[in-house]
Amino acid sequence: MTDKLKYYKKGLRDGIPIGLGYFAVAFTLGIMAQKNGLTPFQAMLTALLTNASAGGFAGFELMGAMAPYWQMALMQLVVNARYLLMSCALSQKLSPETSTLHRSIIAFDVTDEIFGISIAQKGYLNPFYTYGAMTVSIPGWAIGTFLGVVMGNILPLRLVSALSVGLYGMFLAIIIPPARENRIIAGIIAVSFALSFAFSFITQIPEGMRVIILTVVISLAAALLFPVKEEEDE
Amino acid sequence: MNNTYIYIAIMAATIFLIRALPLTLIRKKIKNRTLRSFLYYVPYVTLAVMTFPAIIHATNSIYSGILALITGIILAYFKVSLFGVSVVSCAAVFLIELLII
Repeated sequence: MTDKLKYYKKGLRDGIPIGLGYFAVAFTLGIMAQKNGLTPFQAMLTALLTNASAGGFAGFELMGAMAPYWQMALMQLVVNARYLLMSCALSQKLSPETSTLHRSIIAFDVTDEIFGISIAQKGYLNPFYTYGAMTVSIPGWAIGTFLGVVMGNILPLRLVSALSVGLYGMFLAIIIPPARENRIIAGIIAVSFALSFAFSFITQIPEGMRVIILTVVISLAAALLFPVKEEEDE
Repeated sequence: MNNTYIYIAIMAATIFLIRALPLTLIRKKIKNRTLRSFLYYVPYVTLAVMTFPAIIHATNSIYSGILALITGIILAYFKVSLFGVSVVSCAAVFLIELLII
């Protein structure tokens, strides 16, 4: 019991910057929802049920365009396909005894950020760590979206600009420390930066697609060139 | 006229299935070394690709974005916490934009 509480609290603490970052990003999502004719309640419900930024943006656009339902499903599949990879990686991070219920609750909030901090834990992931992070981040996302619809243009532009790098700062805090200890990881991050930059000029490839393609290609190349030894993998 | 709530339900269902299927179906440790190595590298690559170049376009000015990137890398290198890196990067953007915009 105390163990669960300990991990839950740790998750809560690590989730605070995520919740704040979400709040800022969700604000812009709310503005977008309002432009496409959603009520504050509908936008907040979407945010609560999906916890997805790119998926949310794409979804609201399709609603505004009154696209057919199948197109919505297909679009969500493409835009969120990276979560499939993250979910595969997370499956290896859980003790095989972890129940389906715990797995499903974690699955509900596999976002870039929650995935990032969960995968960075030492050893097996304790689900309660992720629950702690979810407790602060999900309301941040939902309330931010709601307020974005209601009062989109009130928050000072300067503040929105500053808050918008918060999530990226967190990503750096996750990937840079291991790169310091491991030259292969450092090299892979450098290659990822370079290719991502190069491919960003090919504007025909949407960002979600670019992330998937580069993740698969670079990770596969790395796996073939530098297979991990057993002990590194733990 | 399409129904907004049906749209929302389709979004929620599709996204949940994408996230839940691997987590609930893959219950054992994967034995294949290449596949294990692939999944080991996925987080680093995917977070790196999402961060750059997006971070330099996220702010009002490309210069404040670049400053945020450099600040973040330096702080992370010295093992500052998630919260610390995040907050100081935001503060750096806020302060530099007071000067240049």
